[in-house]
Amino acid sequence: MIAEIGHFALVLALGVALIQMVVPMMGAQRHDAAMMAVARPAALMQFALILVAFTALLWAFLTSDFSVSLVAENSHSTKPLIYKISGVWGNHEGSMVLWVAILALYGALVALFGNNLPDALRARVLSVQASVGVAFLLFILLTSNPFLRLDPAPFEGRGLNPLLQDPGLAFHPPFLYAGYVGLSMAFSFACAALIEGRLDASWARWVRPWTLAAWIALTLGIAMGSWWAYYTLGWGGFWFWDPVENASLMPWIIATALLHSAIVVEKRDALKSWTVLLAIFAFSLSLIGTFLVRSGVLTSVHAFAVDPARGVFILGILVIFIGGGLGLYAYRAPALKAGGLFAPISREGALLLNNLLLAAACVAVFIGTLYPLFLDAIGGPKITVGPPFFNLTFVPITLPLLCMVPLGPMLSWKRADVLAAAQRLMAAAGLAFVAGLIVLGFWHKGPWLAPLGMMLAAWLVFGAFSEIAYRLRLFRIPLRESLGKAWHLPRAAWGGALAHAGLGIVLAGIVGMTAWRIEVVTALKTGESTQVGDTVLTLEKVGLREGPNYEATTGIVKVEQDGRFVAYMLPEKRNFPVEKQEKNEAAIRTNFMSDLYVVLGENNGQGAWTIRAYRNYLAPWIWIGGVIMAFGGVISLSDRRYRVGAPLRARKLRLNAQPAE
Amino acid sequence: MMRFLTLLCLLVALALPVRAVEPGEALKDPALEARAREISQELRCLVCQNQSIDDSHAPLARDLRLLVRDRLKAGDSDEQVLDYIVARYGEFVLMKPRFGPDTYLLWLGPGLALAIGIWILFAMYRRNATAPEVPSLSSAEIARLDAIVKDHER
Repeated sequence: MIAEIGHFALVLALGVALIQMVVPMMGAQRHDAAMMAVARPAALMQFALILVAFTALLWAFLTSDFSVSLVAENSHSTKPLIYKISGVWGNHEGSMVLWVAILALYGALVALFGNNLPDALRARVLSVQASVGVAFLLFILLTSNPFLRLDPAPFEGRGLNPLLQDPGLAFHPPFLYAGYVGLSMAFSFACAALIEGRLDASWARWVRPWTLAAWIALTLGIAMGSWWAYYTLGWGGFWFWDPVENASLMPWIIATALLHSAIVVEKRDALKSWTVLLAIFAFSLSLIGTFLVRSGVLTSVHAFAVDPARGVFILGILVIFIGGGLGLYAYRAPALKAGGLFAPISREGALLLNNLLLAAACVAVFIGTLYPLFLDAIGGPKITVGPPFFNLTFVPITLPLLCMVPLGPMLSWKRADVLAAAQRLMAAAGLAFVAGLIVLGFWHKGPWLAPLGMMLAAWLVFGAFSEIAYRLRLFRIPLRESLGKAWHLPRAAWGGALAHAGLGIVLAGIVGMTAWRIEVVTALKTGESTQVGDTVLTLEKVGLREGPNYEATTGIVKVEQDGRFVAYMLPEKRNFPVEKQEKNEAAIRTNFMSDLYVVLGENNGQGAWTIRAYRNYLAPWIWIGGVIMAFGGVISLSDRRYRVGAPLRARKLRLNAQPAE
Repeated sequence: MMRFLTLLCLLVALALPVRAVEPGEALKDPALEARAREISQELRCLVCQNQSIDDSHAPLARDLRLLVRDRLKAGDSDEQVLDYIVARYGEFVLMKPRFGPDTYLLWLGPGLALAIGIWILFAMYRRNATAPEVPSLSSAEIARLDAIVKDHER
């Protein structure tokens, strides 16, 4: 019964979305306030209905209702609670329901908090947003119904892929989707502005917080996915240039570019046409990512759906929205009047260069990801595009960008003095140089590029500090005044600096991890030891352990440093009888400067176990840096100029102040 | 402390980095083994999803790792080993596709995109630079504008 209610709610949501798509748009074209007013209740209703459907599905998973085919195929009654919940989106149909739920949530948020938007713009935005919802609700109802029943219902479910039974991966998809789908807001705002033919600084101010929210979620989602890969896949890699990873990286790159170019639109009324194009591309890449993952054109752990009908349907959605968006752009963008002029060397110029390099980096990822498919489709040979390609294309494009990150915020708008900006960064450059020398002193045997990489990372971090110091006029005015300034400095400035510093920390982590990692593979009998760097590992014992829904072979590894006992580490091999799969659970011990990473391998039949042990220098920094970047985004999002209704309140204040004049 | 550092540096230099390589697979000659690992990272495990044979635990990857080491022991150059494997398994096995008519677009695409972007920026800049200056307002116009603004504010 509950599953049927969920199904029915989805059908109703489609109906409401259709109304939300058509009526407010017509109202906006005809200046009919009543028709435009339909948008808000419709958006709220659509979200409420999809929430009902999602809850119904969640209920089916929680109660292990195996008469629902999706539950029977992806769940099991002995599965821990958290994986019953995450099982909802750990499959194709459920993940699409999550997709539309988040889409409708964004629409509902605009309806609730979009008081400061002009009525016509809000109506058009919600209408475009609803059209995306219509497409995906149709997709779910026609090709991927999650509420199909099984008759007779089996007694037990088939369980969830053990790789997905992991806390990191349980929450990776919701974040990633919140990011992907959040970019639909930028798309809706762009289309609405194009239809309206008007785009000004206030548009940028409205679109930026949504893009920022999506960017934060995407950053966290990508970081979580990479962290999961690091500790699960058992050899400690963190980024593989896998097509599915690339599918999430591309929207992230373009969203980053969009965040930067929207600043120019907001502050200087320039780059409008380009910003709109970026907004369209950002969501287009999200759709392409959904297509790549969901259609099964890529063979990957992520492709649960290998069904051509679904692939063709999503391809259709892709063509309609990307084609429609770009068509609208071609038709209307020439009407957007170019705004303020600026010299090539200026803040605007630097942001434009940032956009150019980010766009080129995205092209490199795009070509590398899709070229094998393209070549295959035109009848060419099958080829593989692996990490060496990206190291040779993506990295050289992003390096100059990273070098310039601290410089950009130091330049003034319209026309800047590079020398003055460089002078303000002297301290940062000096400190970065010293950091590079120190690294060289410690690690002169490692790859020669590593100290340069660390220098660049330090340059990013110290550059971010310099920017804040410059804005606070630290050390040039009394400290007390500086602190006063710190309080009044816009949070967006703090957020930006924090995000840039976080980027530096990520870079340091990547350099440390790739340049200096120590790897030892050896066969140990119980009682035998091996050495990883300055750490001695002793395999004390190998035993069996009973998990909630698996059986584990656990190694007990004693860790000693300089003859002192440090800890026991427990690497495991888990055997999932229901799913008939095995999963390696690495033991990781971190001190935030490096990770000790131990994996238990096979028994060689003569009493010895393969032990893989790694010392990964600076590895935790990759994810710490990612979280700092996202945190910078959150700080920036709380800036008062984006705070809901702030412009309205300001206007009211001004009106109230008027009579006193 | 210093002794610790020297030891560390020494270990970094000595530690043979190995990933999926099982103990016993590695060659005795460290130089040869290093070359084998280098080559292994350029070869794709055919039955896996985007893993190099160096990363993969699949039996086929292990066979290929041993094959690479056999060829190296037989005295092949790196290039010859790759050619040998490509002749048997096709171009698909290479992580880094070879530069050729089929892959011109792949290898040149990103650079081309960057070049086009730079060119567009230059064109825009030159158009802006040669655009006629916007004539500034005359003092009479400014006065009128002020009057309008004042009027509006009241």
